[in-house]
Amino acid sequence: MNMNNMKSLLALGIVAVTAFAMQSSAIAQQANDPKFNKMMKNGFRADGIAGLDRIDQDATQKFCSDPVFANSKQAEKMREQIQKMNMDSIKQPSDGKYIGDWKKGEAIAQSGRGATWTDKADTPIGGGCYNCHQIDKKEISYGTIGPSLTGYGQLRGYSQEVVTYTWNRINNSKAYNACSNMPRFAHFKLLNEQQIQDVMALLLDPASPVNQ
Amino acid sequence: MQRKFTLGLASGLLATLLSVSSSSYAQNATDDIAKYREMIADGNPSELYEAAGEELWKKSAGPKNANLEKCDLGLGPGVVKGAAAQLPRYFKDTNKVQDLESRLMTCMQKLQGRDPQEMIDAPFQKGPKKDMEAIVAYVVTLSKGDKIKVSTNHPKEKEMYELGKRAFFFEGGPMDFSCASCHGEDGKRIRLQDLPNITTQKGAALGWGYWPAYRVSSGQFWTMQQRLNDCYRQQRFPFPIYASDLTVAISMYMAKNANGGTVETPGLKR
Repeated sequence: MNMNNMKSLLALGIVAVTAFAMQSSAIAQQANDPKFNKMMKNGFRADGIAGLDRIDQDATQKFCSDPVFANSKQAEKMREQIQKMNMDSIKQPSDGKYIGDWKKGEAIAQSGRGATWTDKADTPIGGGCYNCHQIDKKEISYGTIGPSLTGYGQLRGYSQEVVTYTWNRINNSKAYNACSNMPRFAHFKLLNEQQIQDVMALLLDPASPVNQ
Repeated sequence: MQRKFTLGLASGLLATLLSVSSSSYAQNATDDIAKYREMIADGNPSELYEAAGEELWKKSAGPKNANLEKCDLGLGPGVVKGAAAQLPRYFKDTNKVQDLESRLMTCMQKLQGRDPQEMIDAPFQKGPKKDMEAIVAYVVTLSKGDKIKVSTNHPKEKEMYELGKRAFFFEGGPMDFSCASCHGEDGKRIRLQDLPNITTQKGAALGWGYWPAYRVSSGQFWTMQQRLNDCYRQQRFPFPIYASDLTVAISMYMAKNANGGTVETPGLKR
């Protein structure tokens, strides 16, 4: 056996091992179940703006629908891939402006409306921030699914690093935590660039009540 | 008359309590609802639905002009007492796992000759669904105080539970929500609303055990199907089809997790 043959055998071996490893990680994730798929397909109908495409999962949603696997050591690589994919999709503000109007941001944070089958396509979609976060401490009706954001800028400072991180988090929280409970506001066009700038101001304008 | 007056008075008091609490501290809303529950402990407005439901159960109706008194909800024909506590379950005659509402649809079809599709298509609180809601109120009241005891011994029951579990964690829609986004951890809230962790026995019993319920905010009696429907609406999913296997599977997952808890239906909710 000459050296070239040895090399190609070795290469073949590596390909085989890699293919096996990829396959076993696919097995570790929830198996495709035709019964389940059929139940989901027959379980819903389109209504108004809520079409059946809403149950066609993207890679992130599919991955996070199996939390036991998604949180396992085995899934670490896939988690990183999903985070990278989401990170790469984030656009920095087109006008270079990160901080908008905190008063408008507060209104966006208060509203949890929009995007349901009882809403119209032109119903403004709220950020729904208070559903899950404490923000301005004067608002006592806040949820606790996400961390408290009271004193956000005051506690973290207003450096470009903090600003960029916060921008990215609001645009696509899955860039940092593959299965974060927070919606991907830019990815699904729930909020536009200006609205995100306004929510940014609520958290990071030193004049915002959040930082008083 | 006396009762209606008491209920009206209590509702008004709740409204006052709630408006006071919104300018007060977060914990108070929960306390106020508890106070309200105590106040009308022997007078849940669901009673009006129950009475109507009992009448509908016994009244001949539909193309076959028959009543529902021979309906088998799993404990034998005509047994209503305790029936809701063991649903969903497998039924041999339909070869399906059914929840209370899908089973009642079967009874209405077989005994009365009514078309299930009309029930499926009707909006909540209207037409045939109004009858369904009243009958549900009647049936669940007769399990109040019983222990939740749902079986997964039959392979189809076990399968339904597993399908429901998978559906519970299924993420989708423009907000990436699943049932677990709100109901998968202990001690969480949306705004002031406490969220039971349905993956635990305690949380599942708090959810499953208290629905169907009378909702003070809407002044309506809501069945479990309507409760699930509104969850999916807020999840930004498409419209879940009434009594579909999906809705039965989710119910099976909740009910089985809740086993050992107490049936507190009809509940009284915000």
